[in-house]
Amino acid sequence: MKTTIEEIEQQIAGEFENFEDWLEKYNYIIEMGKDLPLINEKFKTKQNLISGCQSSVWLHADYKDGLVFFSADSDAVITKGIVNMLIRVLSGQTPEDIISSQLTFIDEVGLKEHLSPTRSNGLVSMIKQMKFYALAFQTKYGA
Amino acid sequence: MIKVDFNIDKVRKDFPILSREIYKRPLVYFDNAATNQKPVQVLNRMDLYYENQNSNIHRGVHFLSQEATSAYEEARETIKTFINAHSRSEVVFTKGTTDAINLVAHSLGRKLLKAGDEILITFMEHHSNIVPWQMVCETTGAYLKVCNITEKGEIDIEDFKTKLSRKTRIVALNHVSNTLGTINPVKEIIKITHDAGALVLIDGAQAVAHLQVDVQDLDCDFYCFSGHKIYAPMGTGVLYGKEDILDKMPPYQGGGEMIAMVSFEKTTYNELPFKFEAGTPNVGGALGLEAAIKYVNGFGLATLAGYEDDLLKYGTEKLLQIEGLRIYGESALKTGVISFNLNKVHSYDAGTLIDKFGIAVRTGHLCTQPLVGFFGVPGFIRASFAMYNTKQEIDKLVEAVIKTREMLL
Ligand SMILES: Cc1ncc(COP(=O)(O)O)c(C=O)c1O
Repeated sequence: MKTTIEEIEQQIAGEFENFEDWLEKYNYIIEMGKDLPLINEKFKTKQNLISGCQSSVWLHADYKDGLVFFSADSDAVITKGIVNMLIRVLSGQTPEDIISSQLTFIDEVGLKEHLSPTRSNGLVSMIKQMKFYALAFQTKYGA
Repeated sequence: MIKVDFNIDKVRKDFPILSREIYKRPLVYFDNAATNQKPVQVLNRMDLYYENQNSNIHRGVHFLSQEATSAYEEARETIKTFINAHSRSEVVFTKGTTDAINLVAHSLGRKLLKAGDEILITFMEHHSNIVPWQMVCETTGAYLKVCNITEKGEIDIEDFKTKLSRKTRIVALNHVSNTLGTINPVKEIIKITHDAGALVLIDGAQAVAHLQVDVQDLDCDFYCFSGHKIYAPMGTGVLYGKEDILDKMPPYQGGGEMIAMVSFEKTTYNELPFKFEAGTPNVGGALGLEAAIKYVNGFGLATLAGYEDDLLKYGTEKLLQIEGLRIYGESALKTGVISFNLNKVHSYDAGTLIDKFGIAVRTGHLCTQPLVGFFGVPGFIRASFAMYNTKQEIDKLVEAVIKTREMLL
């Protein structure tokens, strides 16, 4: 059995449990943000760009054997760290699971502020776009 | 103005919000260019209005309405004196700077501007002083011209002279740049522009809390500012316009207050400044603005400017000691605004971490996207000072920036 979205979310929440303060937490996110590469350079196109006022995100999606695979990048390290977690959770899952995912871990690990629509860092649009890709693949290849 | 003792501890006590803690640390508020905090003197004045005087103005003969009307008109008088306008008719209450600029742009667009005319702005304008003019260009067929700036963040006067032409009808520029802090040589620019036969609008949003403005001495045709950037409530602002020019301009919005006679055949408009004040105004806000001006006058703008300049010099020196830090806006004439970046660090990352130290700075394009393009950066980190900030707070910022740099590099 492959790991489900909820299981990965729980794993991530577990990783954050041990952090004593925001410094440790952000150091970890920054480390994840520096973990590269998250996307093939050739996919960093204008078409794949999601511009926010504060930071920008590139997102690319592939469909293989009934699963959706995402790769992404951001110009800001903290945004990229969060992008990294979102990919860990959603990449390699079925369109159905991606569409219905709640992504509660973001709130659990105390990063909800980064998903506020006024923050304008590209993340909210990125999640929307991930679900949109899943829906498109489902419509195109679904049973 | 007489120099008074400036007791910073006493000043800080006037601003209740400064005792807040953010993430269990005392708040350091360095986002004053976006909006500054309000002293109790302003808050009390608004409370008093709503508790004791609230009534619609210019309409009733009853006691309260008369009292509210007088208070409102006295506030106008205070503002007139504050900017040294020639008459009260030249002081129009607005919602803020944006509202004032839109008023002028749209009113002129209805009468003065025609296809082929030119509007000249600068590269360092706030979006509020770009977009209204673009909208007017679209409806009239006028062209928007943009004067260049230098690497130091100053207006390129030679370029200005080149772009100012016989077709230029209006020049619109800021007195002080919200991103660079540059104090622009507006008096000189106004003179050059008038010699070329065009009008000048000055966006004074970032100036009024930091410099003594004298509209007669400047000789500008329009001057705009927002109350909320001078310790007064949001939703208040002022358009100053020379009387003979305002007189010739058509109203911007229609409604109550701005009319003399209404019939379905023809409506005649009220006299200045009421012609431009359609609808029930923000009376409580205007009284708060008056209280803020009195509060500022109590110290004298020269005293405040001197104190803030000290903070600017201190902050600039300390921040520049951090490796890889660059400051945008290097003019010798600046208000207390420091926009900077750390080499290879994205402003969003820096802003996110600096916030965690309980320090409020602004990050991003700061409503000046052309400047982001000019300097080729994703955004800026901006610390901007007000009368209640201290050097100790700057030390905390410097410490936070050093820590932020360590974490991100
Ligand atoms: C230079 C400048 N112009 C215009 C504005 C717009 O002011 P308001 O939003 O109060 O209308 C601002 C405020 O950020 C500003 O800094």
